[in-house]
Amino acid sequence: MNKVYFFFLNRDQVLRIRASSDDQIDKLQLLETLEHLQLDFWLHPSNPALPVDIRVPFGSLQAVRAFLGYHDIEYSILIEDVQVILNEEKQEMISNQRRERSNSNFNYGAYHSLDAIYKAIDDLAAEYHGLVSKLQIGESYEKRPLYVLKFSTGGPDRPAIWLDAGIHAREWVTQATALWTAQKIASEYGNDPSITSLLDTMDIFLLVVTNPDGYVYSHAKNRMWRKTRSKAAGSLCVGVDPNRNWDAGFGGPGSSDQRCSDSYHGPHANSEVEVKSIVDFIKKHGNIKAFLTIHSYSQLLMYPYGYKCTEPADYRELDTVGKAAANALTSLHGTSFKVGTICSTIYQASGGSIDWSYDFGIKYSFAFELRDTGRYGFLLPADQIIPTAEETWLGLKSIMEHVRDHPY
Amino acid sequence: MELEPSHYPAQRAAGVARACISYRRGECTDIRDIPGTGHKYHLEFTLKDTVQEVSFNCTAEVLYHLGSQHSAPEVHFTVEGELGKNPDDADNKFYSRIKSLKEPLVAQNIPDSFGIVPPEMEPIRHLAFSACDYIIWQNSTENTWYNLAQIQDVRQVKRNDDYLEFDYTVLLHDFVSQEIIPWQMQVLWHPQHGVKVTQNSRQPK
Repeated sequence: MNKVYFFFLNRDQVLRIRASSDDQIDKLQLLETLEHLQLDFWLHPSNPALPVDIRVPFGSLQAVRAFLGYHDIEYSILIEDVQVILNEEKQEMISNQRRERSNSNFNYGAYHSLDAIYKAIDDLAAEYHGLVSKLQIGESYEKRPLYVLKFSTGGPDRPAIWLDAGIHAREWVTQATALWTAQKIASEYGNDPSITSLLDTMDIFLLVVTNPDGYVYSHAKNRMWRKTRSKAAGSLCVGVDPNRNWDAGFGGPGSSDQRCSDSYHGPHANSEVEVKSIVDFIKKHGNIKAFLTIHSYSQLLMYPYGYKCTEPADYRELDTVGKAAANALTSLHGTSFKVGTICSTIYQASGGSIDWSYDFGIKYSFAFELRDTGRYGFLLPADQIIPTAEETWLGLKSIMEHVRDHPY
Repeated sequence: MELEPSHYPAQRAAGVARACISYRRGECTDIRDIPGTGHKYHLEFTLKDTVQEVSFNCTAEVLYHLGSQHSAPEVHFTVEGELGKNPDDADNKFYSRIKSLKEPLVAQNIPDSFGIVPPEMEPIRHLAFSACDYIIWQNSTENTWYNLAQIQDVRQVKRNDDYLEFDYTVLLHDFVSQEIIPWQMQVLWHPQHGVKVTQNSRQPK
């Protein structure tokens, strides 16, 4: 969207048009040819799945409304008074001149510090401010903000998809993939029919760095750090495995009660503020329809259960969805993924996030384990970030489309 | 009991077979006569030599012994094709380079935090993979799945004979427990005679 229009007249309006057929698209394309109306198409008519946005000069409003009414073409007023918006924009641009707002300089193919990731999140929310906003859902143990990106085209209480990455600090390709994915979702809206139709009815929430304390520690002190950084009186060892801390078979097999263990489950379920913040957010939202969590490494796509080795009630559907997503992922670079329940694919593991989300009622609960299978493991070279993110995107999209098309 | 290939127990057994075959080739067939108390896995898989870019079809049987005293899993295998190779150009170049170093080689963190391996360290890394295969084979159980996560430290030990010797401290990642386990190993290598781990010990975290 081109925003530099300081010299146009007052009271231009931006109309959002929803064509319901190819025939209506033809009509809108005809409208484009009527130069005397001086229409400025922000989104051009191409196919009925995508909205058409037109900035209409004040003098042409009556004619355009008549045209749309005559052909029964639905529309709404997106911006009632363009000049007001322009004034606000100009203010913002002047006062933020030195601040880099565009994401086009950010290198998604590299590993970044937490500060750099948080800045990129801010820049993304600014660049796509009509679609993307940043929420804080809590604070980490060491008081770092937990930022979620919300992708929404409006409407209260829409059904939503939850995505998180970096619950385990050392899995660096996951935070990097999540950031790339955020940029991808934002840029695909209005361009990709599938994502556009998804965001027209659902919201997406994306937590890029679920465990910021651990992430910082893995940069500064110990690259192999996995857990949170919570401290307990009387213990030399720090941290809890946040993916053993959820209220699903908590404390059962596949988690450790030893504080120094890398799979220590913690003193009780939701003891870790990073976990509790997500649980509280999801409960409060009340309308989350999918819970997708991203880990590395191993190249797996898993669904519940981990805490018990029995199949979930929705086993057939989840397996079908998982296999379709894995096929979509593999189609890009040939990276093969195995699909199955956590218990049958890896091992029994209690207190995991997707077991909790599934038992809470979020049917579409999946966990990804990204590249590779052990050659580099956690130390995946940066030149694999973007290929990993690209292929993972196809898998995520496949699941999200199914969620969109199967409301419950 | 037939396991699907996606099942981790099968994966782990295959990892053990791979480790054993890669390290010892002929010697994996060394059998002790043990009454059948244990779990046996029959596997068919493909081994890929990532340096030579060649693949081999393999079948293997991996027997994990039960019992309080841990012993290395037994591996019996067959491979289609010739696994053994003569030392190649790269091996010889590496050998000459290290032999002619004035100061013993010392390095840390391979790969580094960002997955980078300096080209001259690649042979050091290949050597570590080979040596770790022995350690992985010897220490695997049905409930472990080890990978070499990183070389924490490597120091050359100068010798008077033809062998190169390196003292490694590596980090092994056990996927089942998710632990990172430091392990020290003393490694000998010669282009014609191959790899030998003369000493190794698990280190405290």
